[in-house]
Amino acid sequence: MIKLDPLRCIGCGACEVQCQVKTRTPAAVRPALVLTAWPPAEDPVPRMTAAFRPCFHCESPWCVAACPTGAMVKRAEDGLVHVVRTLCVGCRACVGACPWKVPQWDESTGRVVKCDGCFERVTRGLAPACVAGCTTRALSHCRPNENVRHVRLMYAKSILTESDSGSR
Amino acid sequence: MAVKTVYSVCGMCPVRCPIEAEVQDGRCRFVQGNRREPSIRGALCTRGAAGIAFLEDDERPQFPMLRAGSRGEGRWQRISWDQALATAAERLRAVRAADGGRGLLWLDAGGPFGDLRRAFVRGLGSPNFLTADSHRTVHRAHAALSLFGFTDERLVPDFRNARATVLQGRNLFENVDVAQANALLDGLQGGGRLTVVDVRATVTATKAERFFMIRPATDYALNLAVIHTLLAQGLHDAAFAERWIADLDELRLLVAPYTPAFAEAETGIPAERITALAADLAQAAPRVVWYPGPQLSRQAEAFLVCRSAFIINALLGTIAAKGGLALAARPEDVGEAPLHALVDLVPPVDAPRADGVGVRFPEFVGGPGLLHAALHAVRTRDPYPVSALIAYEQDPLAELPNPPAVKDALAGLDFLMCVTSVWSETAWQADLVLPLSAYLERESVLGQRDGVTPAFLLRRRCAEPRFDTRADWEIVSGLAARLELPQLAFTRAEDIWACQLTGTGVRLKDFERSGIAALTGQPRYDLLREGVTFPTDSGKIELVNSRWRHQGLPSLAPYARKAAPPEGAFRLTTGGCGMHSGGRTVNNPLLHRRMPENVLWMNATAAAGLGIADGETVTVRRGDRSGRIRVKLTEHIHPEAVFVVDGFGRTLPVESRACGRGLSPEALTSVGLGEWDRSGGGQVQPDEPVRVTRD
Repeated sequence: MIKLDPLRCIGCGACEVQCQVKTRTPAAVRPALVLTAWPPAEDPVPRMTAAFRPCFHCESPWCVAACPTGAMVKRAEDGLVHVVRTLCVGCRACVGACPWKVPQWDESTGRVVKCDGCFERVTRGLAPACVAGCTTRALSHCRPNENVRHVRLMYAKSILTESDSGSR
Repeated sequence: MAVKTVYSVCGMCPVRCPIEAEVQDGRCRFVQGNRREPSIRGALCTRGAAGIAFLEDDERPQFPMLRAGSRGEGRWQRISWDQALATAAERLRAVRAADGGRGLLWLDAGGPFGDLRRAFVRGLGSPNFLTADSHRTVHRAHAALSLFGFTDERLVPDFRNARATVLQGRNLFENVDVAQANALLDGLQGGGRLTVVDVRATVTATKAERFFMIRPATDYALNLAVIHTLLAQGLHDAAFAERWIADLDELRLLVAPYTPAFAEAETGIPAERITALAADLAQAAPRVVWYPGPQLSRQAEAFLVCRSAFIINALLGTIAAKGGLALAARPEDVGEAPLHALVDLVPPVDAPRADGVGVRFPEFVGGPGLLHAALHAVRTRDPYPVSALIAYEQDPLAELPNPPAVKDALAGLDFLMCVTSVWSETAWQADLVLPLSAYLERESVLGQRDGVTPAFLLRRRCAEPRFDTRADWEIVSGLAARLELPQLAFTRAEDIWACQLTGTGVRLKDFERSGIAALTGQPRYDLLREGVTFPTDSGKIELVNSRWRHQGLPSLAPYARKAAPPEGAFRLTTGGCGMHSGGRTVNNPLLHRRMPENVLWMNATAAAGLGIADGETVTVRRGDRSGRIRVKLTEHIHPEAVFVVDGFGRTLPVESRACGRGLSPEALTSVGLGEWDRSGGGQVQPDEPVRVTRD
């Protein structure tokens, strides 16, 4: 999974541009999306929140079910959902079916493009394009359980250091 | 089909991050930061990410072009490289024949890869080699020079190890320097504290613990009050001051009236917050960075703001300290030899400079020079006629204030040539355009990066040029061969690299692993030690610089109160952004789509009083200059300020995407080339607000 650390994210959009370069999509098509929002300024210091939206690679993807040609495929080995370009006829059924509107219509090719988790890069031992090029290393690529373990460890550590400094 | 990794150096903005490119079948298909460079570990910014879009864009100069119509008419004749180089050589030969070559002015992008170009200009007998630093950050360079005897280039903010950082007019998380941005984020995650001083809430401000939304143009008052507090409460590093700082008493005298209460009235920042900041900084010292940014550069007091910021660092003992303003180590500081200088292949020039540095302005020796003064000399023929200008990846017509005045100066030239990889307003006026290959299509001479870990950098060619363009060393070599400078006429980049590596002990092989040859494994924070002095006349940090004093120029000046602009008028502030690098990227297909035009940031309450609604187009007027732009209303900007991102307002039909989009803030300025701040050396904005009205 691709995770965003909102404390590091500066909303610069390098992730989106790296994705566009890697997927060779025109400027108007953005398979990856980083969102930033500025809540109302009650705090004397303004804060920015950020979220990253590539594809959830759903357990039972509606886009796959909706695709009439079998172009939208969920890979058995890693669960990544992607478009087989040679099979896509550009009907856009997936665009309508996806509740998150992840698949993007590329007018220049008449086909759909979407985040495929950069499985081709990952197979070569590389990070997905968005993660590799993230300006502030706010994005990271990890396995869900590894991430959970990391968070638990960090939390436990923070508690231990707190009680440690308290006893001094 | 094999995928090859090529280590190189980015060229989208002046920072020049180390990159690695994935190349397949001769095509560059992915670029990211160099994963073997510890300061960035693979990270690259938005502009760098769009490097391939730049490479693949057809809207850049594709072949040598000779002007066919009148200047600026846009009629070009395609010529061969042979014809182009012969034409340029003939014109330069004429300059050399007239007065030994000093009539040539070369305006350069600067950076680590300029040695051969510098050598060429020297070889032609001209002392007039100026870089972008001579206008962009000239105040900061001179502020550092007047205190330390060296420019700001030698001061390296050590954000990673700082416990407290103050960014003043430095929007680091939008106008990104990848290594610095990551260092600061790492530092903040490690418990460092950030204060941001700006007229508006930037992304950088959102990461801060303290945000001071300062009244525009009052930064100097804040800095004086901080100095006042440090000295009055004895919070400064007395031992450091005793040893390294001269004239502390004169500083005490200056800041005596500038209490935090005084600053509150001027800046709008509560006095107790100023006092608290000073106390926190003192506690964190010497691991403190107070960094003045380029956004201050058009303020009338830019020199004094930068100077006072550096003085705060000095009082806290942060100079050369770990976590402070570290000093950039040069190879010789770590016991290694520097690159063999290509400029030494030609004899030095003893002609006086056209910008007056060294003769009229002796105090600026060692600084970046004065571009406006050099261009002024084109108009006035004083101190001597300057008849030829070569702009290398520079666009003075877009980047200097008052484009009509700059155009007028350019019109006085006999020969204007641009060596450029992008279209520019200046290139459109040129007599000859020599198209430079995109940075991903060219290699450069070896570069030297001074820093806490000095290194040599190798920029390699990642892909072959798509068009009939050439690398800068090929162009310079071609000219040198025709101008009787055989020692600069190289036929292979490898020969230049070998020449540069002579005597260094570093071999070309050492760049194979990462494109970088590090000269030391350990960061150096020990450069200020026994036996070392600052290169000033006194050997100390000169609060009152002796050379400035000799010229009758104040280095410590009182603060001038700033009146609030009248109803409907605002102070115009400008700065960079995350998407663009000035005018160089506004036509990039991907970056243009992300940010096609600039907007005028305006305080929502102030706008409501004028009946201006969000998204409306307004007219911005200063004196006889005006322009139209859409407004963005927000409470996140000071009511007396408006802000625009610079680089927009392009006028060239060959840049179909950027042409006619947005507003150039420089076009609203009527400051002439001869009008500049005598102490700081830069052109400053007149203290005249802009008026904003509904269309």
